[in-house]
Amino acid sequence: MQIKKIQEEIVDEFSMFDDWMQRYEYMIDLGKSLPLINENYKTDDNIIKGCQSKVWVHAELEEDKLVFTADSDAIITKGIIAILIRAFSNQKPQDIIDADTDFIDEIGLKEHLSPTRANGLVSMIKQLKLYAIAYQTQLN
Amino acid sequence: MIDVTKIRKDFPILKREVNGKPLVYLDNAATSQTPQQVIDVIVDYYQNYNANIHRGVHALSQEATDKYEVARQTIQKHFNAKESYEIIFTSGTTHSINIVANGFTTLLEKGDEILVSAMEHHSNIVPWQMLAERTGAVLKVIPMNLDGELRMDVYDDLLSNKTKLVFCNHISNALGTINPIKEIIDKAHAVGAAVLIDGAQAAPHIKADMQKLDVDFYTASAHKICGPTGVGMLYGKEEWLNKLPPYQGGGEMIAEVTFEKTTYADLPHKFEAGTPNICGGIAFGAALDYMNSIGFEAIAEYEHELLEYATKELLKIEGLKIYGTAKNKTSVISFNIEGLHPYDIGSILDKLGVAVRTGHHCAQPIMDFYKIPGTVRASFSFYNTMDEVDVLVAAVIRAKGMLE
Ligand SMILES: Cc1ncc(COP(=O)(O)O)c(C=O)c1O
Repeated sequence: MQIKKIQEEIVDEFSMFDDWMQRYEYMIDLGKSLPLINENYKTDDNIIKGCQSKVWVHAELEEDKLVFTADSDAIITKGIIAILIRAFSNQKPQDIIDADTDFIDEIGLKEHLSPTRANGLVSMIKQLKLYAIAYQTQLN
Repeated sequence: MIDVTKIRKDFPILKREVNGKPLVYLDNAATSQTPQQVIDVIVDYYQNYNANIHRGVHALSQEATDKYEVARQTIQKHFNAKESYEIIFTSGTTHSINIVANGFTTLLEKGDEILVSAMEHHSNIVPWQMLAERTGAVLKVIPMNLDGELRMDVYDDLLSNKTKLVFCNHISNALGTINPIKEIIDKAHAVGAAVLIDGAQAAPHIKADMQKLDVDFYTASAHKICGPTGVGMLYGKEEWLNKLPPYQGGGEMIAEVTFEKTTYADLPHKFEAGTPNICGGIAFGAALDYMNSIGFEAIAEYEHELLEYATKELLKIEGLKIYGTAKNKTSVISFNIEGLHPYDIGSILDKLGVAVRTGHHCAQPIMDFYKIPGTVRASFSFYNTMDEVDVLVAAVIRAKGMLE
């Protein structure tokens, strides 16, 4: 599915929640349920240091698609990572490069992307795009 | 006695809502809120006498200069400095510390020792590390115990005739510990070392007496004492301020300038290059007036009640651990809940209208000491209420329920 389509799907899902409590509970569940990254990849090399919570990202090319796995030590951050991965993983590098992240705003989680939260998510998105650029160059 | 209902009326911001909930502001150690009395002074400045100081002959400039210098005297009196020119206006504690750390570049030699406490804010660590790199001086750490109290026995051992400088906070922002600064100062002086006390966290709670403490340097930031951001002070003993070279060059800090040589102005102007934060300085004075009108003894007594009540109630929550359990501490509670990340707890508290700080509080060495990624920190001020403590506790319980 296209990134845009997946994002719309996520926005649809979130629109069913009445308040922030339900959104957070959903994210916490997402955060808890997903084994996001192979422990071997939780290395210092793969760490994105935010001030507050740590984020690990690993990228691998499978045929022409880029597959991301990631993790965090904070559960809400992990929930958002799960959402980002759903939107961006298993996509062509060029599509990842071109995609925007406005849907995070639409699902009411914008504050977690503010740089002042310093939770590594802003850097994580940047990192996803950087991986995409790197692999795109490799594909060309 | 504190009449908290009356006091709260002075703070317009306390009426606002956050995420649809009444704001419960418990991040006072980061920045305090501003009473109307201080806001009025800021507005009055821009509405009536905004002008550059110390240079104009016109009426507005005179008026602004007078008010700025009166503010300096207010600060002098508050901290009981001997002379008003021992009070240097700065942009805040960080700036104040950098003035001193920079000044010591020419006063230290390779092999000299400088001592730092284990519970410092990064702004009282990094400038000294940079100084050590420039001079070859050795930076040594006064350790702390698990309660977050300095190991004074080790301090005794670290002091020697090689020690040239000791720097330590009066109160730790991450733990709330009130350090025994008089003892620290006297012992340092006994070996001929100078002492800088970072008073950023103490100024909102304790009226520190410069002459009684016999401290060489003391710092404060107005934004933690009901004043505006971007202004603060460096107190320095006259003899030390004369010894230190200026930090920045520019206008206002000179006596005479030719292209061959510049002579510097007298204190305090030697350290006040450029147009200062005039409005901020005046409002800093007004903020101290406001706090003194309430009274520091009454403030300390009431905040202690808040601390005791909040500590007791929070400790009823299973798995909650408080970091910083010094016998002598101020109204700061740093805590974690077993198995939960402080960021997650803080995010949910925010949704419930409770403003706390989460993270390492710019004191990473403390977090490394306890081997934790950070803490949730609730810090109380004299305008907080017991009811707000209850809201905090209920919010923490709710966050715990959601996250577990
Ligand atoms: C103990 C301590 N020192 C220094 C500072 C830095 O103060 P400022 O940011 O106002 O320069 C703070 C502020 O958080 C502090 O708590």
